[in-house]
Amino acid sequence: MKKAASLLVLAIMLVAFSGLASAQTELSLWYHGAGNETERSILLGIIDDFNALQSDYAVVLEEFPQESYNSSIVAAALAGDLPDIIDVDGPVMPGWAWAGYMVPLNLSEGALDDFLPGAIGTWNGDVYSVGLWDAAVALLALESTLDAHGIRVPTLDAPWTGEEFDDILEQLQATGDYEYALDLGMAWTGEWYPYAFSPLLQSFGGDMIDRDTYLSAEGVLNGDEAVAFGEWWQSLFERGLAAGTSQDGADRETCFIDQTCAVQWNGNWAGLGALEAHGDDLLFLPAPDFGAGSTIGAASWQFGISSASENPEGASAFIEFAIQDEYLAAFSDGIGLIPATSSAAAISEYYSEGGPLEVFYGLSNEQALVRPVTPGYATMALIFEKALADIANGADVLDTLDAAVDEIDQDIEDNGGYGFEM
Amino acid sequence: MTSAASARKNAPIWVRLLLPRDAPLYQRNDAVMGWLMALPALLILTIFLVIPFMMAFVVSFTNQRLISPNPAEWVGFRNFERLLTIRNFTLEPERDDSGAIVYADGEISYPRLREFTRNNPDYPELDGLREFTSWQSGDNRTVILVGDVVFLRALINTLIFAAVIAPLQGGLALLLALLLNQALPFINVFRSIYFAPVVVSMVVVSLLWRFIYDGQNGLLNTILGMITFGNFQPVDWLGNPYTAMPAMIAMSAWQAVGFHMVIWLAGLQTIPVSLYEAAGLDGAGAFQKFRYVTWPGLRNTAVLVLIVITIQAMGLFVQVDVMTRGGPLDATQSVVFQAVQRGYDKQDIAEGAAISVILFVIVFTIAMVQRYLTRERS
Amino acid sequence: MNTMSFETRQNLLTGLRYALLILIAAIFIFPILFMVMSSLKPDLQLLRDSASLRAFLPVGDISLDNYADAFERVPMLQFAFNSVFTTAVSVGASLWLNSMAAFSFAFLKWRGKTIVLSLIIATFIVPFEVIAIPLLLVVNNLPWIGAGGIEIGWLNTYHVQIIPFIADSLGIFLFYQYFRDLPEELIEAARIDGASIWQIYARIIMPIAGPILATVAILKFLVMWNAYIWPLMTIRSEELRPIMVGLQYFFQLNTAWGEIMAYLSVVTIPVLIFYLALQRAFIESIATSGIKG
Repeated sequence: MKKAASLLVLAIMLVAFSGLASAQTELSLWYHGAGNETERSILLGIIDDFNALQSDYAVVLEEFPQESYNSSIVAAALAGDLPDIIDVDGPVMPGWAWAGYMVPLNLSEGALDDFLPGAIGTWNGDVYSVGLWDAAVALLALESTLDAHGIRVPTLDAPWTGEEFDDILEQLQATGDYEYALDLGMAWTGEWYPYAFSPLLQSFGGDMIDRDTYLSAEGVLNGDEAVAFGEWWQSLFERGLAAGTSQDGADRETCFIDQTCAVQWNGNWAGLGALEAHGDDLLFLPAPDFGAGSTIGAASWQFGISSASENPEGASAFIEFAIQDEYLAAFSDGIGLIPATSSAAAISEYYSEGGPLEVFYGLSNEQALVRPVTPGYATMALIFEKALADIANGADVLDTLDAAVDEIDQDIEDNGGYGFEM
Repeated sequence: MTSAASARKNAPIWVRLLLPRDAPLYQRNDAVMGWLMALPALLILTIFLVIPFMMAFVVSFTNQRLISPNPAEWVGFRNFERLLTIRNFTLEPERDDSGAIVYADGEISYPRLREFTRNNPDYPELDGLREFTSWQSGDNRTVILVGDVVFLRALINTLIFAAVIAPLQGGLALLLALLLNQALPFINVFRSIYFAPVVVSMVVVSLLWRFIYDGQNGLLNTILGMITFGNFQPVDWLGNPYTAMPAMIAMSAWQAVGFHMVIWLAGLQTIPVSLYEAAGLDGAGAFQKFRYVTWPGLRNTAVLVLIVITIQAMGLFVQVDVMTRGGPLDATQSVVFQAVQRGYDKQDIAEGAAISVILFVIVFTIAMVQRYLTRERS
Repeated sequence: MNTMSFETRQNLLTGLRYALLILIAAIFIFPILFMVMSSLKPDLQLLRDSASLRAFLPVGDISLDNYADAFERVPMLQFAFNSVFTTAVSVGASLWLNSMAAFSFAFLKWRGKTIVLSLIIATFIVPFEVIAIPLLLVVNNLPWIGAGGIEIGWLNTYHVQIIPFIADSLGIFLFYQYFRDLPEELIEAARIDGASIWQIYARIIMPIAGPILATVAILKFLVMWNAYIWPLMTIRSEELRPIMVGLQYFFQLNTAWGEIMAYLSVVTIPVLIFYLALQRAFIESIATSGIKG
């Protein structure tokens, strides 16, 4: 008894002085979630567990606001001040890996077997990053709306065809009940454009770049399929079916909830709010198929190891620790994201069988296509965004796509192929 | 004179270095103190402004990237060439086999420009150029092709923005200052209210005005609708290429006019009351008092206000970044927005630097011209 | 009109004046009113109200919840302290250094002055955005004497947020313009009385520089208080972040507009107070003193 008490005192003292006397090596972790209390507490929970369960490393969290996280990382890299573990947005990872900011993960065999493809970040044959979740996009609509207008409910196996989709929008717009039949979220400038809209282009048969060589967008972003997509895209706004680039953020966030738009193209993170407003009436529908299949974007925030880390094996150990199902499910329950494994989905609140967002797991698993895996993506994404905005505002489709292709190709050339064989 | 010159010659080296050539030796104290007092500010400006700008200048002649494992190389004027290439090109009508001009919908039909500007070995000098503008000349079309449409639009927009906002904002500020420069009860309350937008950061102001300008149910449309009893057709202020820039100008003037109003007020209050009284005794009316007393007394303030507004206007960035990102159809592109977008977002820091160098040269020229035009003629 | 008494006419004129003043005030105040009223409303109502005049009225579900939530999301007191500290030091230091330099340009003769002055004017046309990255590389290589001796690199400190900005060419230019307008006799008389250059600066010029001090102080205050690109690049500890960076905390997947409005209201109020204080101290006093000839 006495011995136990003195052990306890010793333990308390050890904990109290751990800051001074700890044998644990500090690993810094930078995270993009500043301002999100839920994310913070879940992540801190993982870190505490990790720090308590082994004695070699102590992870320390620094948080940054998401909007400017990438700038903070780039600035730190320029100044030679990177942390050990960084989190990185999926499509940005190849750029950082190529630039030497990151080193490959060193996970044990089979650690990622059950993972959604979009949650694994691969570059040059190596896994550089892994996500605890993925995100997915779906069409939101009310069952009652579809029923009232005799519109069939599409499924993963039989999504709406492009023509069908177009007719439905026309039909809904003609009812006069809505400001716009479709809300695409044009207010969300930035990454939303390539993430949410390039899958539509892909469904037409085009793409942002030729994925065989990753050296040119010629014929892919300005080929016949891409032009067909561009014409359709432009017509959405010309016909007044969707709000254009000047949409304000408020309309984006309220239109579906207030039913001033009938169909909304939105991410799973908006699912909970919509469910609250519409309950069982709410449907999450797969993207329409414009001929080359129905597809959505993939890859969200992931963890990787910085090249500045003196303890990459410790960083790997932490990441491997963090990708346990229990934590994946915790993140999902906390902020509504899609758990990266089916076993985590099964124990999660929203994505388990019969869960309200279950359908998104299916979408992610079956339809997701990652954005172009190249260091040139960051630049390409901005060029693509501008092209879509210009076309939406009435610019000549072919000329605009030509210009985008020229700029993308020029950028690739200026960068010596971004690591691809020229 | 000779004794002064010889005294100067015998003075220690640091005195000779600091003292102007034509100044007598007894002013050496001035010279030394002058340098000493200016030095701290000069040192800081040099380290934190001049040196970084020189670095940007050097980078503008390389292909330096923000993120890249590739080493930077010298590329001479390439970045500037890409930005500034302008060519004109004559597009001839399409003709059928007999040589007659082909018409489509009653208009002359021309081949698409892309047949010349994209991978056409016969016109290597046109490769990658884009149409900036074009007009009809006889049966032909004259097309101005440029290397960088977006940059050129940004440059023109920025110049227009500055040219409009300088007199607009300066003038409105003066009117407000005149209105407030009187001893009425509560005048301080109004002064503070007019100044209030200045203290709200431009980021915040831009966020707020996105709501106000919204085309569907924005406040501005609502208010205009009420004033006109519903006769006003809602305008998508930021979504229409014709109204986006004016909307941005109006908002920018709204935000900053209070600041310049305060500068004018400070200027107004330095004009001695006795001058007005004297003018009043001479029978001058309100306008004449303004014309002959107020305005001359505000000369230096006017120069200051004009130069400050112009230079700030040439740096147009935050409004664009938050409200329109340069759209719709490049109607609100600005030079600094392009410099930032290319340098940081597109990671082409060399091109971003080249844009800054061009901006610097232009603004420096404008500032010098303004200073020359408003110089004091003795 | 002729039948109207002088008094009636005056009253009418004053009434019209006030009507005009109030109308203009409405134009300047409405977005700010919108901001403050919105800060009291839940997100959905806020967004719905933004389409109508309800945006300006404290109607519906009114509470201070947004303020409580905003304080919870962002370590606001810490951020506010950081901003007050960096801003206060910068404003104080910049008033001193800039006025001193401008004094030298305006009143003292030294070699190279004209060229240096032109260069200074040239530097204030360099927008900060375009030199931010080179500046980052510069500060990352500067030495600093800290607790542990000489350290290289200024990242993640208070001084990196202050020192690069305490001299600014616009400030120098504003002071210079003002000083040049002061009557030459003022200086000459002091010199004849045997005042040293430093005494002339500190005892004669600065005491009558009220309006321009206020102007430069406001300008610097706004720049520092609103600083946000630079801290994002150089600061990684929450303990050192300024208040404007906190705004970014609210742009989550679902933007918390109500909290943003609450945060903005809180951020804006100190600046208004600062301005009001300055207005009292300087701008009004100058109206009655009439120091300039």
